[in-house]
Amino acid sequence: MIDSAVVLNGQTMAYTIYAVVILLLMLAFGYMITKEGKAGVLKTSLFSTLVVVLTVLGVSLHLATNMTIPWVSMDLNRHNITPTVVFDISVENHEFTLPEEQMVIAVGDTVVFDVFSHDLTYGFGIFRQDGSMVTQMQVVPGHRNDLMWQFLNAGIYTIRSTEYSGPKGHQMIMKDALEVVE
Amino acid sequence: MSYKDTLINGVEGIFKPDGLTPMQKLALRFVVMGILFYGLTTIEGMIMRVFQVQPIAGMDAGHYFAILTAHPLVGIFGSSYLIVFGAFLFLVPFLMEKPLYSIKLGNWSFLLITIGTITFWGSTFISHYSPLYTLYWPLPADFTQFGAIGGAVFILGIALVMVGTLCFVFNIFKTIAYIPEGQTREASGRAMLASATGFSWAESVFRKKSKRREHLVPSLPVAAIARGTVDTFLNAGILTFTGVLILVYMVAEIFGMSLKDTAVDALLYKNWYWWGLDLIADGLVLIFVAGTWYLLATLITGKKLYMMRVARLALWVELVVSWTVWSHHLMSDQAQPGWLKVISGEMVTAFELITQGLAFFIVLITLWSARPLKMTSPLKFLLGGLLGFALAVPAGIIQADLGINRILHNTQWIIGPHVHVAILVGLVMTLYSAIYYLFPLLTNGAKFYSEKLVTFHFWAHIIGGVGMGAFMGMAGMKGMLRRTIYYEGEYNLYMILAAICGTLMLLAFVAFLYNIIMSVGVKGVIGIFTPAKLDTKDLLPAAKE
Repeated sequence: MIDSAVVLNGQTMAYTIYAVVILLLMLAFGYMITKEGKAGVLKTSLFSTLVVVLTVLGVSLHLATNMTIPWVSMDLNRHNITPTVVFDISVENHEFTLPEEQMVIAVGDTVVFDVFSHDLTYGFGIFRQDGSMVTQMQVVPGHRNDLMWQFLNAGIYTIRSTEYSGPKGHQMIMKDALEVVE
Repeated sequence: MSYKDTLINGVEGIFKPDGLTPMQKLALRFVVMGILFYGLTTIEGMIMRVFQVQPIAGMDAGHYFAILTAHPLVGIFGSSYLIVFGAFLFLVPFLMEKPLYSIKLGNWSFLLITIGTITFWGSTFISHYSPLYTLYWPLPADFTQFGAIGGAVFILGIALVMVGTLCFVFNIFKTIAYIPEGQTREASGRAMLASATGFSWAESVFRKKSKRREHLVPSLPVAAIARGTVDTFLNAGILTFTGVLILVYMVAEIFGMSLKDTAVDALLYKNWYWWGLDLIADGLVLIFVAGTWYLLATLITGKKLYMMRVARLALWVELVVSWTVWSHHLMSDQAQPGWLKVISGEMVTAFELITQGLAFFIVLITLWSARPLKMTSPLKFLLGGLLGFALAVPAGIIQADLGINRILHNTQWIIGPHVHVAILVGLVMTLYSAIYYLFPLLTNGAKFYSEKLVTFHFWAHIIGGVGMGAFMGMAGMKGMLRRTIYYEGEYNLYMILAAICGTLMLLAFVAFLYNIIMSVGVKGVIGIFTPAKLDTKDLLPAAKE
């Protein structure tokens, strides 16, 4: 398992580089098409290569992340994995009810947050002290909403709803609701 | 001419509303009203930008979320739908060289969408009904938070928009299919429609090459409009069905009977609603935009589109893809089957990179083939539109990934670099390109008041749009959620920078609106909405001898 912040940083870097490159390319293209020069048409073979590159890129992106980001396979197979701890949490009237005042787990534990909504659609997100998000899921009423996760860093985490559930629900925050110990 | 004369009569008094055909007036009404609704959306956006920096005194959370509910709906239905529908009601007859099937029906579309937008906007403004555009069940029918009457008016407004949309759909399909008086054609209307929408091509693809049929509708932009209109129809059907369901609960509540909201399965509802809603974002927008790019590229260059057959195929693939990608909106829903998340959410969604990528390259190569080109207003806005989708589509593909979605869903990343960049830079700049190109045609040769204002409009809009998306994305990376309010200034640096960029976009819009008003004059703007003096079904006035 790797920390989700590492994946997010990698993703940020990759997208930023791409965005800068495409911005510069479009600027250059805009400049070049106003200039005299050879106005050749792209060869069909080169165009076909572009199509192949796009196809490979589109498909391989998800295959690559599915194989390298550990929580993907864990999530898809979570019903076949025995967790270390299961926390049953319920939500009603824009309030989370936790099984204990502060949930405590150890680094490396395989934990399941089993959240049930009795009324509306909510979200369930876990946040670091600096406000960045560790992980989240949607909480749909009438269905089982179970999120399996492994924490790599000790610390105190906050829970908040990540989905809009009406004006009453926009501050559904439980500070320091989860402690991960060494 | 004095400033006052120009303000009243437009540049050199060239624009004469009395000289417009009913078709020109129809198209201009759609576009002008769409532009005004865009202005409303921009002002709403700025109010929310300011609120994100510092909650405004006297404006509570209920009011904020009411604006957040109206904002995207006014932007999509009131602005984009009106501008796009107006342009297409003019372009389909123009490209097929025959009159629109029914100008009267076109005017009904205009009225219904305009009144519907004012109605649902008004209901959110007055009653603060705020289930957001997502309408996750059972929130729209949660009467502990919202009044049933305000909600019913909101749904009525959306229903009016949908009826206006269905009138547009019928008018477009009928225009493609019908044979005008005095003309003859061998192919039936059904065959014409099957060709335009691509269904006859799909059926003949398994035949031998020699037995394959020719395209009965050779115009690629018309094919794009027809295919996008299929999604427009399906979307209107789903939204109407959902609206009726919600309305049943509201009417029951008004009459004192509370229906059990558990009678509707929230996950099933979320699936069908997103299936229909996604036909806009991942269907008709992408198809209409690609078709508009192709049209503009050929008009600007005067050359044939590069790889036209591939472009036509890509439009068909995009249509099929749009029916099967909805699950990327449910990747964080744990009850959603895993195989749907992988196949529909990830794999099929990735095809959008291919179809939009192809459209992007085909347009660039077509432009390149005609160099040197003069950097006209339509060309620079077209390039801006291309850039917008080049930035926003990969951002969407990234978040439609099981690994990344888990740590990004519902953050500002989604709504910034993906949604706002796609709409404000990609879609809106493409629409501006079309407006700048069609303006002389629709106004019988009116001139723009100021080229400098056009240049300012371009740079302020593109820098503001890309910048706002970028700063929202940075806040999202730091954990800032969408659809919530932060009271302690946690993300103020990013929100202030995003607000500055938003202000730039607002100034760009003011410059554009001022330029348009000065070009046609206040009298001209009013004259667009008065009945046409010319009695003709022709698109343009007859040339003077």
